[in-house]
Amino acid sequence: MKIVLSVAGAALALFLTIAMFGGAGWTHPPMANKQTGFRGTGMDLIRTRAGNEELAQANRAPDPADPAEASGDKASAVYENVQVLGDLSAEQFNRVMVSITEWVAPQQGCTYCHSTVNMASDELYQKRVARRMFQMTQNINANWKEKHVHGAGVTCYTCHRGNPVPANVWFDTPPAKSSRFIPRNNGQNLASANVGLTSLPYAVFDDYYASKDTPQSLVRVNATTALPESKSKPIQDAEKTFAIMITMSQALGVNCTFCHNTRSVAQWDTSTPNRVHAWYGVQMVRELNQDYMRPLTTTFPAARLGPTGDVAKISCATCHNGANKPLNGANVIDPYPELAHPTTQANLPVGEAKDPIPGTNTPTPKPPM
Amino acid sequence: MAMLSYERKYRIRGGTLLGGDLFDFWIGPYFVGFFGVTGLFFTVLGTALVIYGAAIGPTWNVWQINIAPPDISYGLKLAPLKEGGLWQIITMCALGSFGSWALREVEICRKLGIGYHVPIAFGMAIFAYFTLEVIRPFLMGAWGYGFPYGILSHLDWVSNTGYQYLHFHYNPAHMLAVTFFFTTTLALAMHGGLILSSTNPKKGETVKTPEHEDTFFRDTIGYSIGTLGVHRLGWYLALAAGFWSAVCIVISGPFWTQGWPEWWGWWLNLPVWR
Repeated sequence: MKIVLSVAGAALALFLTIAMFGGAGWTHPPMANKQTGFRGTGMDLIRTRAGNEELAQANRAPDPADPAEASGDKASAVYENVQVLGDLSAEQFNRVMVSITEWVAPQQGCTYCHSTVNMASDELYQKRVARRMFQMTQNINANWKEKHVHGAGVTCYTCHRGNPVPANVWFDTPPAKSSRFIPRNNGQNLASANVGLTSLPYAVFDDYYASKDTPQSLVRVNATTALPESKSKPIQDAEKTFAIMITMSQALGVNCTFCHNTRSVAQWDTSTPNRVHAWYGVQMVRELNQDYMRPLTTTFPAARLGPTGDVAKISCATCHNGANKPLNGANVIDPYPELAHPTTQANLPVGEAKDPIPGTNTPTPKPPM
Repeated sequence: MAMLSYERKYRIRGGTLLGGDLFDFWIGPYFVGFFGVTGLFFTVLGTALVIYGAAIGPTWNVWQINIAPPDISYGLKLAPLKEGGLWQIITMCALGSFGSWALREVEICRKLGIGYHVPIAFGMAIFAYFTLEVIRPFLMGAWGYGFPYGILSHLDWVSNTGYQYLHFHYNPAHMLAVTFFFTTTLALAMHGGLILSSTNPKKGETVKTPEHEDTFFRDTIGYSIGTLGVHRLGWYLALAAGFWSAVCIVISGPFWTQGWPEWWGWWLNLPVWR
């Protein structure tokens, strides 16, 4: 009996050791590191050279299409139902159409958005969503230029990367099912991937990124006075703050010291300038989710909606995809000036897109399940 | 200082590691030895350099004095004195003096004909320091990864270096090290308590023997490790704490660059419950 137990124990230990060494994904030097704070503060980006190279390869910006002639008839004159990019020449317009196909639906092609019967028709929901996404891209490049995207700008490819649905979107988290022994889990302890496999609360996007009205004080849990003067926030709030910060680290492929000197994470004057960019980024994400994504809920078919019937939404990872500068900081907007500024003031009906072409059929949007 | 009657026969010359009988003498109660002299040299030089660093720094506030390592951009090269060079020389002095102290202990052990358990234990502390300031920076490719010398500044380094891996408490070696540190203090407190309890019986009773001590633990947990064993255990627990501390920091960076919580993916992905 003793021998059997010993052998079983040794086999288990051997199995776990092999799994730990082989399965954890250990790395090794040489390192490619970057200092983010004063020497000796321990504020550094920690990457291996191989990992850094891999990250750079995974985030290459595509070559822009050759420039098109600006002269000639306008797209709005040549084609029907061009609402956002009508001021472009027909050639420029076609160039953008070719590019967006490569960016968003390279496998599916033009017919992912366009009806084969009538290219101008708004029949397919993809086309109505894409139109709103053009406006969103223009808004980001114009109104968030100074605050967040700077000279690099964004195109459809920044998020889509050749996928009709960007890889890193989020949905509202359905309430956890209770079981006999666990009446509730407080929305935590699931080793969820979006909070880096920690036990921290996993539904944090809902709390922090859904609405422009999110109070700025929500994320701040530190006391601002030496002694408590009122009831302070519960520890669960601190865990949520930690969790949303971890999602941000994961999204950008950086650690906490990229923005913070953790001797006092809340203090702005010992933080790095990256924190300012990040703060504006959070405001941007909230605006995009509230003004652009949420109103599209009824435009999407039910199959594209989340478990609670909500639309796919944006977080830092949607654009950043694991890189602290999306697409390695490549300037993607200069070759596409038509995406750099809003080209139409008209605020299109965002939910139920009307069909301006008589005789083509726009299916009635279904309410979310 | 007067010498106890029995000390004279242990205070014999010889048994040195280096330099024959150079400095092989005592000053008062203290054995000097070759390594006592080198230790003193490195200590004085290192301390003087710390004071010099404070003098050219912005503050004399002892909490805030900070001798920082060079920028990462210097890599494994020597840096100018005021830009981390001081830290590099002070680190050499620290290792010189810690090493000298350990070797002086070895020489004393040799004179007494006893084992090297004390210098080995101290060596584990030096190993942890050496790992932090030399092995890990070397693996990372820059001296700038060492911790700075300063009461508050080294704590800031600890905080930031921990947060480089998002949540350092998920570091498995850190878990082991912390567990060993706690277990060490628990074991020491229980051992100290046991000795005090058997040597402090009720008034009028005689001091109890190890039989009582053994019986206490046999009655409590079914097993007593014994009088010698408890010291082996304590020595092991303390050394394991230092050893796993060194491991937990040397794997952070050179062998793991993500958040430590993600390391546990291998466990979550075990084919048993994946």
